[in-house]
Amino acid sequence: MSTVTIILIDGLVTASSLFLLSAGLSVVFGVLRILNLAHGSLFALGAFAGAILSIDYLKWGRFPQGSFVVLALSALALGAVAGPLIERGLLRWIYGREQVLQLLATYALFLILEGLQQALWGGQAYSPWVPYSLLGQMTIGGILYPRYDLLLFGVAAGAGILLWLLLNRSRFGRLVVAATHDPEMSRAMGIDLSRVYTVTFAIGTALAALGGAFWAPTITVLPGFAVDTTVVAFAVVVIGGLGSIGGAALGAVIVGVAQAAAVQWAPNLELFVIYVVMTLVLLVRPQGLFARAAVRRI
Amino acid sequence: MSRARLPAAVALAGAFCAWWFVVPAWIGFLTTVALAKGLAILGVALLLRAGLVSFGQGLFFCSGAYAAGFAIKEWGVHDALALIGLGLAAGIGVALLTGLLVARYRELFFAMLTLAFSMMLYGILVKEYATTGGSQGMTVSPVTLLGHGLGGGRAQYFFTLACVALVVLLAHRFVHSPLGQLARALRDNEIRAGYLGASVQRTVLATFVVAGGMAGLGGALEGISVGHVDPTLSYWTQSGEFVFVALLAGTGSVVAPFVGSVAFEIGRSYALTWFPDQWQIVLGVVLLGFVLFLPGGLWSAWEAAATRTRSFARRRLQPQPAVGDGG
Repeated sequence: MSTVTIILIDGLVTASSLFLLSAGLSVVFGVLRILNLAHGSLFALGAFAGAILSIDYLKWGRFPQGSFVVLALSALALGAVAGPLIERGLLRWIYGREQVLQLLATYALFLILEGLQQALWGGQAYSPWVPYSLLGQMTIGGILYPRYDLLLFGVAAGAGILLWLLLNRSRFGRLVVAATHDPEMSRAMGIDLSRVYTVTFAIGTALAALGGAFWAPTITVLPGFAVDTTVVAFAVVVIGGLGSIGGAALGAVIVGVAQAAAVQWAPNLELFVIYVVMTLVLLVRPQGLFARAAVRRI
Repeated sequence: MSRARLPAAVALAGAFCAWWFVVPAWIGFLTTVALAKGLAILGVALLLRAGLVSFGQGLFFCSGAYAAGFAIKEWGVHDALALIGLGLAAGIGVALLTGLLVARYRELFFAMLTLAFSMMLYGILVKEYATTGGSQGMTVSPVTLLGHGLGGGRAQYFFTLACVALVVLLAHRFVHSPLGQLARALRDNEIRAGYLGASVQRTVLATFVVAGGMAGLGGALEGISVGHVDPTLSYWTQSGEFVFVALLAGTGSVVAPFVGSVAFEIGRSYALTWFPDQWQIVLGVVLLGFVLFLPGGLWSAWEAAATRTRSFARRRLQPQPAVGDGG
């Protein structure tokens, strides 16, 4: 099999995780206008929840296939609990404040969440490898691939399509569009903005947690393992354009393929190829590939 | 420096000189490092003052530190003045190079691009093991000052303190120069400042380069006093820490970053002893408190309190209502 095919397959697998990680960040920014620097910590919490709960579930001994459901449910539960908690408890106090202060507030949240991992699970490592090996392997062009990669791709694609349908084909999606376009007017029309914000943030949290939960079986989950993910997620959505789901998907594929190519052709670039891509894209299109340029208001 | 501030400045300098002799040696060493980092933090504060948050100041700090490290290892330069000159030049050079791109962006794009550049340097330093020593970093051997050894902690402390004092004086001049005032105006309203005929891009770039030079100088001083440089100086947690302390100290004064940095460095070493697992949470909660309740930092609270006391005293002396200075 040619190197290019290997790069494309590896790139798509990486892109699946990257998309789950970044889509939530993009959606939250699009609606709440807040860049959540703690997004990567939510990904990490999702990984912990998925790892711990699936290991506990597997102790039961029967139906090991159910662990995939456990992974998904733990992520959704985290979104439903932690999302509203953070949005109601912290974010709503900083809507409309200076962007610098918003960045610092979410940076503080990041420190708290990272510290929380250290305090709760410090010194422990979880390796929920069972779901990973459960599906066995398959050969593509003579090279062995774990079938789990296929599942990861399926989860990402499924979540992406559901998210797109929710935002473009549902009543809630129309409320979100209205709230994003003109918050004041939509409030006057009777839209419960704070509910839209809470639900949106919960969705963003659930997406990040989903990414973390399905990432967990492929790695060893340790406190602080995901400190870089916010930066990576940001780079992905900036490449695609902040606030656009298609943009997040495209950004994920570009970064995934670039990383896979770096691994094959230029291993020294691997650690920072993502930042190079982001800088190049911003040089050409300062708003990212998909976003429209914003009007500057005096 | 204005006449009214002069006694306070002399008192502060005296306090910093006396500090070395009253505190234990390990706190003295921490203070040396904190002062060096304070230079980078002052740069962050200058950028914050212009409404820009840089999450990548570690880039310049690390460039300065490695410039000193390479000069010692590869070229055998051992003079402290030459080394900090190189650190300064490295900071300015890298800031000029990246600034040409970064100065076109604002707000979170500015924040994230600076971060991206610092992480690129981190990646290069870690991967180019043969020349940089990888994640181990490299040792910085002892330096000399005009032919005399600068080995002792005391010599290094006072050398760093002298550099800091000089930078503080220059920074004070910069803040009160037309360019420095313009930076302040950008934070209020960049587009209006532009309509008034100011060159926004040039102001941002100039502030960025000044901040970068300070961080480069600080990095060289840090490398010399610690005796070791490693890539984590360019890691984003280091940059995040700079922003943290800059915000805590406040952007209203050129000495606040140094006081804040020393307090932070000492506070952290105690916090790490007392709550090794929870100190990040404490850090986050404190930062959150500042963002929500005291966005101007400790210095603004101090100034507000001082203003209240002054106007209170004035009321007591003269029985007419105090006149606000804002008009």
